[in-house]
Amino acid sequence: MPDTQFTRKQTIRLRINGQEVEREVEVRRLLADFLRHELGLTATHLGCEHGVCGACTVMLNGESVRACLLLAVQADGGEIMTLEGLADGEKLHPLQQAFWDHHALQCGFCTSGFLMSAYDLLQKNPHPTEDEIRHGLSGNLCRCTGYTNIIKAVQAVAEGHSDT
Amino acid sequence: MKPPPFTYACPRSVADALALLAQSGDEAKLLAGGQSLVPLLNLRMAWTEALIDLNQLTELDFIIQENGTLRVGALTRHHTLEVSDVVRAAQPLLARAAAEVGHLAIRNRGTIGGSLVHADPAAEWPLAAVTLDAQLLLRSQADSRTVAARDFFIGPLTTTIEPHELLCEIHFPIAPERTVWGFQELCRRPGDFAVAAVACQLALDDRQVCTAAAVAVGGAHDIPLAIAEAAASLVGGKGEAAAITEAAEKAAAAVDPPSDVHGSADFRRRMVKVLTKRALTEAWQKA
Repeated sequence: MPDTQFTRKQTIRLRINGQEVEREVEVRRLLADFLRHELGLTATHLGCEHGVCGACTVMLNGESVRACLLLAVQADGGEIMTLEGLADGEKLHPLQQAFWDHHALQCGFCTSGFLMSAYDLLQKNPHPTEDEIRHGLSGNLCRCTGYTNIIKAVQAVAEGHSDT
Repeated sequence: MKPPPFTYACPRSVADALALLAQSGDEAKLLAGGQSLVPLLNLRMAWTEALIDLNQLTELDFIIQENGTLRVGALTRHHTLEVSDVVRAAQPLLARAAAEVGHLAIRNRGTIGGSLVHADPAAEWPLAAVTLDAQLLLRSQADSRTVAARDFFIGPLTTTIEPHELLCEIHFPIAPERTVWGFQELCRRPGDFAVAAVACQLALDDRQVCTAAAVAVGGAHDIPLAIAEAAASLVGGKGEAAAITEAAEKAAAAVDPPSDVHGSADFRRRMVKVLTKRALTEAWQKA
């Protein structure tokens, strides 16, 4: 007999943006829906819901992941940072400020995913070339900006030219 | 879009995962990185009664170099392979293949074992495994067996793995000294599945003569295909342009490409020729 049993609901405990959270969830609940519907953390956006657009990107245990491709139960015991955890209170994170300064958003729908992907990119490679930035952000889709200003914003932070 | 209802178990050991698998027969699906299975569940193109989550099986997350073999645990993430110094030294083609998989957030989560068993003919790991003649270690509760990657893939998304089996390890031969390689893929955007891809590895002697060769094609056939005729054109040579052209023509003749929105069969066949030339040229430039 296996030690582990199949279940339909589980109680999960995790840290989200530094806060301990404990909830009972249906096992098929996607992490993205858990964040939005059960915790009200609506900065994480859902575009395609099948791992193509990157809008739902969050950090799990220090690495960027697609929240639409993870079950909430898979984050049990983990540490999550969503966009709500990026700013320091009222003070924008340098990436957020650079997006503002460089007009790197128009409608803003994709922005939180871009910020999380850029955050992981710069954590892995603090001084990327333009080409590396383009590759690093290639998993995020934006339908407004044409990407140029997003690249400029990330470049500004990488080069330390950001005002913050 | 939400996945359909299922039951879920998250075993902490391979033994327990195999026991769960034996108990649930073919009603269960195994969840590795989830970068292919979860989209299919969300889109309701796949359906399962039960999901066995492999992500706590840390015993399957390793990269070990021993006795001329690079042993990679099936749960090793793409990004781990992409940046591993051991992989870069022992079999750099694998680091390159890893870097071509999807996007960073996908590479952080997706696994080599999941990609191999998913068996998308345009994916990087099946192509790399076939090129390098990898051996796959499959375990069930009762048994274990080793299958050559070249015998593992039998069709799009179809392999010879049995419902009660788990892919545990992948064994890659370590590239001997004076081995060169090339990896070329065509896709419209970085991170996309390849419209066509070609990988090659050439063993050279101390006079730079090719003593053994492997050429394989992905994305242009119903399985990742090793093309022995193309490899044979290269053995005994020093990378002469005529031999490279001959190998490229043989590769293009050997594939039976699909036609879809990303490219017609004819286009893919032409691209196989172009990419084979580029991959072989890349390899010889490393000589």
